[in-house]
Amino acid sequence: MATNEKTIQKKETENIQKTERTRSGRVFTPATDIIETNNDIVLLADMPGLTKENIDVKLENNQLTIQGYVNPEIPKEYLLSYSEYDVGDYYRAFTLSDTIDQGKIEAEYKNGLLLLRLPKAEKAKSRQIAVNVD
Amino acid sequence: MYWRNLINATDPWQEMTRLQRDMNRLFDDFGTSTRRTFPAVNIWSNDEAVMITAELPGLDSNDIHLSVLDQNVVIEGNRRQAELKEGERYHRQERGIGEFKRTIQLPFPVNTENVNARVSNGILIVTLHRAEQDKPRKIEIKAS
Repeated sequence: MATNEKTIQKKETENIQKTERTRSGRVFTPATDIIETNNDIVLLADMPGLTKENIDVKLENNQLTIQGYVNPEIPKEYLLSYSEYDVGDYYRAFTLSDTIDQGKIEAEYKNGLLLLRLPKAEKAKSRQIAVNVD
Repeated sequence: MYWRNLINATDPWQEMTRLQRDMNRLFDDFGTSTRRTFPAVNIWSNDEAVMITAELPGLDSNDIHLSVLDQNVVIEGNRRQAELKEGERYHRQERGIGEFKRTIQLPFPVNTENVNARVSNGILIVTLHRAEQDKPRKIEIKAS
């Protein structure tokens, strides 16, 4: 039953760009919210258990890649007696359109939540056009 | 549940109730994807203490409420949705939202004065110590 819950709670990554990994262990796809505002696109990803240094956000050919490497903390003098979730690395990739100003992307990590702010390029911002009536 | 290796391993009735509870939980979850057990917990233990860990990304210590009563630990809180202003919209919404409450039954009564809880990078870690009166006591046998 524990395995059943695991599959519900955390989604394991199915395919990592068809390249092979040099780290062992499981890889999870972080649950992500994407919100579009007038000026930017905000991406929120659940990646608990990392530190700022272990998060890798990369942008290459319009592909945004988020990676997180965990250093699992195994409590000393304790035995794992019941388990509902597994700990592993995180991986997810998104394709961005040209409308993002790729030089101004901001990233922030707080309480296990990664926030990426992708500002829209000037030309992509919607503009209000005044209509003059004679 | 998890302490079946720890205490009362030979009590068949306890095993039966456990099985029944697990079955009920399975059926509760079936078909209602919104009613998931949240948060998922891992439980670490030894003879003296229990450590409960749970992944609660996006919540800080003020958003999580923890209470201990006899042998039960209750974790509750609220995962708030980002408030959208005019002109903002969701393209994708995968992160869970809403209130949650989870009760975990421990294998022994705990010392409620000595509970340690912290949140670190979205992971809640609660350490509870076994109540002094519940600890096994070594009894000296005197030779007469």
